[in-house]
Amino acid sequence: MTAKLSLRGVRKRFDYHEVCKGIDLDVAEGEMVCLIGASGSGKSTLLRCMNLLEPIDDGEIWLDGKDISEPGLDPQPVRQQIGIVFQSYNLFPHMTAVENVMLAPRRVRGLSRDDLRPRVTQLFTRFGLGDRMEHYPDQLSGGQQQRVAIIRALAMEPQIMLFDEITSALDPELVGEVLDVLRDLRKQGMTMVLATHEMGFARELADKVCFLDAGRILEQGPPKVLFSQPREKRTKAFLSRVL
Amino acid sequence: MEETSLQKDSVERPAATPTRREVYEAEVRRRSNRIALISVVSVALAIVVLVPLAPGWEAVQRSFFNGRVFVETFPGLLEAFLMNVMIFAWSAPLIAITGLVIALCRDTRAPALFPLRLFGIAYTDIFRGLPVVLVIYIIGFGVPGLGLPRPWNSPYIWGTLALVLVYSAYVAEVIRSGIDSIHQSQRSAAASLGLSDQDTMRYVVLPQAIRNVVPANMNLFIALQKDVALLSFIGPVEIFRQAGVYKSLYANFTPYVGAALIFLALTIPATRYADYLMNKQNRART
Repeated sequence: MTAKLSLRGVRKRFDYHEVCKGIDLDVAEGEMVCLIGASGSGKSTLLRCMNLLEPIDDGEIWLDGKDISEPGLDPQPVRQQIGIVFQSYNLFPHMTAVENVMLAPRRVRGLSRDDLRPRVTQLFTRFGLGDRMEHYPDQLSGGQQQRVAIIRALAMEPQIMLFDEITSALDPELVGEVLDVLRDLRKQGMTMVLATHEMGFARELADKVCFLDAGRILEQGPPKVLFSQPREKRTKAFLSRVL
Repeated sequence: MEETSLQKDSVERPAATPTRREVYEAEVRRRSNRIALISVVSVALAIVVLVPLAPGWEAVQRSFFNGRVFVETFPGLLEAFLMNVMIFAWSAPLIAITGLVIALCRDTRAPALFPLRLFGIAYTDIFRGLPVVLVIYIIGFGVPGLGLPRPWNSPYIWGTLALVLVYSAYVAEVIRSGIDSIHQSQRSAAASLGLSDQDTMRYVVLPQAIRNVVPANMNLFIALQKDVALLSFIGPVEIFRQAGVYKSLYANFTPYVGAALIFLALTIPATRYADYLMNKQNRART
């Protein structure tokens, strides 16, 4: 099994604080990997490194057998293949939902609004937002905004999607609608990496769960194994706190 | 069932019988209104009664508040004010554009464009560091001194250009602060979608930044409207200079008061509007 995305010895430091201390991770095509761990364990930073929002200090990241962590490499083509959705949605507040979604395909891939209209409309409808396309972000609920953010990333037709705690900022009753979107993507065979606190969701759908602790992957494996028979003491301690 | 009936009750009650709280607050409101009214009336009375008691009041009244002079000069002043409006009307868009360009110059990061950045910094430093009237003198008298052919030797053109140069520096700084105020996460989101730096600036950062600084820029343009009067020092007969002409003609200062009223008629509504926009924005943010 050749991995779609491979991390080898990835290190990332902010000033004197090392957030990722040598991370190895393989994500196969169509696989869903969940990163779990306490706040500050390096989950978010790791995701941001994967689509080159943060340059890594050491190690390598391979995408489809190509080293994308080469210093000086143009990050833009890579980012088109790896989409990311953030905890705080980060929609552009001055644009309607549909303009948010169309901006990058128009500017980066040179498509016209008319080219995009059918596919974008289909995405909005698929995620239950068919009647919200012309709304501005501040006219949408958190759950709706986050779904728009997912659609915005999907509109670039990425091969891998990264999700950075996308339900953490949501009111509990809105979490479900966003998780449903992830289930849908999972069914379609999208390759996904999630940083998440939704343990139930990880257990239900993930192919692999990685427990991050102080910048290292302490333990990884299928959710059944990791959740029921964790080997490490720290994994056990963390799981007993969150389950 | 019981819960809904309770809610209904609490909604309807204020119309029927006010709560203790509402009675108290209404009383406090009445009392503050009463005190404010008494205080305003007594200050106004004091001014009306005391100022005319000053020994020079009659003379001041004659030379600043002369009704006849006011009526005779006011139409002329209004006409001269058209010149202010015209200068304002063609300098304001130029200032907006130049300010934006300078702000973008200061924000360039590419090494090849470093001279632009340097230029942006030098520009804002120099023109914010000089009194407006000095720039108007230097450019308004200096450039026509080069012996350019008509109409390029007009102080009207070069004086206005001086205003454009100075105010662009202020507008540039305001726009730059607006750019800085856009949260890094917006740039991250744009970058993660594969947008280039230029597109991120043009489609994501600038539209938000400009919107945020509209009230601050409005205040600058109100100041500009007033500073147009400074051009009177180098020639153009705008309202301030026209008032000066009338003053000499009538040996009376009333035209200045007339000019002041005309300025206020424009700047007070404009400042109120800017405040309104600013408040609206502050409310939207919280």
